[in-house]
Amino acid sequence: MLPPLFGGFKVTIRQVFEPRVTTQYPKAKQPKPPRLHGRHVLNRYEDGMEKCIGCELCAAVCPADCIYVRGADNPPDEPVSPGERFGFVYEINYLRCIHCDLCVEACPTQAITESKMFEFSFTNRADAIYTKRELVVGDDGKPQEQPWEDWRKEEDRHTSGWMRATSPSGSAEYEGEVQWSGELGYGVRPPEGGQSDKRDDGATGNVSVRVVERDKISRRLGGRAR
Amino acid sequence: MGDPLFLRGLDLGVFIIVVVKVVLAFALLMVSVMLMIWFERKVISDMQNRIGPNRAGPYGILQTLADGIKLFFKEDLMPTQADRVVFKLAPYLALLPALLIFTVVPVGGVVTIAHHTVELQVADPPMGILFLLALSSVAVYGTMLAGWSSGSKYPLLGSVRASAQMISYEAAMGLSIVAVILESHSLSTRTIVDVQASSVLHWNVFRTGIVPFCIFLVAITAELQRPPFDLSEGEQELVGGFHTEYTSLRFALFFLAEFMNTITMSAIIVTLFLGGPDGPGFHFLRWLWPILWFAGKTLVFLYGYVWVRAALPRMRYDQLMDFGWKFLIPLSLGWLLIIAAIQESRLWGVAVLLACVPTYLLLQRSRQVSRRRRELLADEHERARPRPAPRQVLMRSLLEETPGGED
Repeated sequence: MLPPLFGGFKVTIRQVFEPRVTTQYPKAKQPKPPRLHGRHVLNRYEDGMEKCIGCELCAAVCPADCIYVRGADNPPDEPVSPGERFGFVYEINYLRCIHCDLCVEACPTQAITESKMFEFSFTNRADAIYTKRELVVGDDGKPQEQPWEDWRKEEDRHTSGWMRATSPSGSAEYEGEVQWSGELGYGVRPPEGGQSDKRDDGATGNVSVRVVERDKISRRLGGRAR
Repeated sequence: MGDPLFLRGLDLGVFIIVVVKVVLAFALLMVSVMLMIWFERKVISDMQNRIGPNRAGPYGILQTLADGIKLFFKEDLMPTQADRVVFKLAPYLALLPALLIFTVVPVGGVVTIAHHTVELQVADPPMGILFLLALSSVAVYGTMLAGWSSGSKYPLLGSVRASAQMISYEAAMGLSIVAVILESHSLSTRTIVDVQASSVLHWNVFRTGIVPFCIFLVAITAELQRPPFDLSEGEQELVGGFHTEYTSLRFALFFLAEFMNTITMSAIIVTLFLGGPDGPGFHFLRWLWPILWFAGKTLVFLYGYVWVRAALPRMRYDQLMDFGWKFLIPLSLGWLLIIAAIQESRLWGVAVLLACVPTYLLLQRSRQVSRRRRELLADEHERARPRPAPRQVLMRSLLEETPGGED
C-alpha cells in the first residue's frame, strides 16, 4: 500500500474522473419539485370569471400578515366572480411572504394557488407588493410575467390548485377527486395521490425525495449521478 | 557560443535579434502566466470535483485577464504606518527576479536567421547559474520588504517566516545545483543543456543520482512558497501573509510574480536536470521540436505543483525548519561530497562514502539528544506552571458533613 503521505494524491486524481454535479445555474435550471411554493396566482374559471370571492380567509390565516384583501358586492350587470361578492382589492407583499401556502389551504374556491416561480428580484418596495393586476392569470390562463421575474419556457405550467397537504374537505374519501374546475383549460394536473392505490406519480410528476437525493450521489458510491 | 557582451561587435542585425528575443520572451512569459493561473484553477477544481472558471472566454481561459482588469481598476490603498517608498518598491522587487531568471533558460535549440546563429534564449552569460542564484536571493527582498514596510503586524510575521524559509532552503537548493555544475563542468545554462543532450541517460537526474533532483524539487517548492510550504501565506494564522496590506495593481504584481516564479522554476528544473529542450525530433520543422519538448517537460512540473497543492496539507513551521536544516542540507552536502570524490577517483569516492556513514550516525545521535533535551525542558516548564487548587479538599469537606459517612 501507499504510505499515508501519498494517499492525498490518489484521492485527488480520482476526483478528476468523477462526474460533476454542478448546474450552470443562470443558463440551466434544476427541475423544480412538484410541491415547490413560488409566487401566487389568482385563478379564473373557464368562462373568464375570477374565482376569488373576497372572503378574506387567506388574509386571516396568513402568519406573515402579508395579504390584504377587501371584498365587495359584485356589480349586478357586470359580475367579476360567479358568487355574491368578489375580491375588490387583493395585495400580497412579497417582502413579508414566507411561502407557507396556508392561504392556498384556506381558500374555499382554489382561487389562490402558488406557481413555481421563486426567482424574482425587484429593485424597489412598490414592485414587491403585487396587486390584482399582477396576480390574476391572463386570458390564456397563464400567470402574468413581470419584467423582473425569471420565467423560463414551460415554467408557467402547473399553477392550478391541485395540491393540498390535507385531504380535500378534510375527508380521506375524496382522495384523488378533482375538487375544482379547470381554469381556462390550462395548467390543470391530476391530483396528487396519498398512500392508496390511486397514486399515480407518472401523471403528477411527483418524485420522492429519496430518488432525488440518490441521483445526486456519484456512481462510485452507489448512486447514479449524471 | 554565447556572446553576451557583444565582444564580436554589434551590428544592426544582432541588435534587432536581441530586441525581438527580449520582447518575445516577455510576451511569452506574460501569456504563460495568464494561462498558468487559469490552468491551476482548472486543475485544482478538477481535483475537487468542481468545474472551475468557465465564464470568461471558452473554458474560462480569459478569467485571469478579467481578474487583472478588475484589479487594475481597484482602489489603491496604503496603510498610514507604511514606509511609502519601500512599500511601492517591494512588488517590483518581487516581480523582477522572476522575469530575469527566465532570460538564462534555454527554451529551444540553435537556429540560423539571416546568417546569424541565434540561441533560443534571451542571454547565455558564462555565469548563468550564479545569476540564477543571485536573483533568487533578491526575490527574498521583495517578500521581506513588502511585509516590513506595510507597518502592520501580520504582514511582518508573514514576511519574517517567508524570508527565514527562503534563506534556509536556498542553501539546500544551491548545494544540489553545485552537484549539477560538478557534472557538467560549466556555469552556462546552454552548456549544461548541451552536455545532457542525445540520451535520457545523460540527463543530470541520472548522472547526479536522483537525490539532488529530489532535494532541488523540494527546495524549489519551499522557495516558491507553494503548498505544502506556503507558511508565509497561512490564511488561518496570518490573514494573507506578507501581501495582506496590498491592493489593486501592486497586489496583482505579487500575484503575477508568484505564478511567474512557478513557471520559471519549473523551467529551471527542466534545464538543470531533465535536459532542457532535449528530446527526439523529426526532419520537418527541426527548430520546433526542442521547444515543444521543453514546454512539455515544464508542463509536467506545473501540473505536479498543482497536484501537490491539492493533495498535501500545510506543514507546521518548526517541522519546516527541521526538515530544511536537519535533513535537506546535510543530505545535499553529503551527496555533494560523494559526487566530488567520485569525480576525483573511485578510491576517494569509496572513502568519502565510508566517512559519510559515521557522520550520518553522529548526526542522528545529535538530533536524538537535542530532541530529548527539548522534551525535558518542556516537561520542566509544564511542572513549573501554577495549577488550580486541587478539588479533593472540597470532596473531603462534603464527606465530613454527610451524617454517618464514616460508617
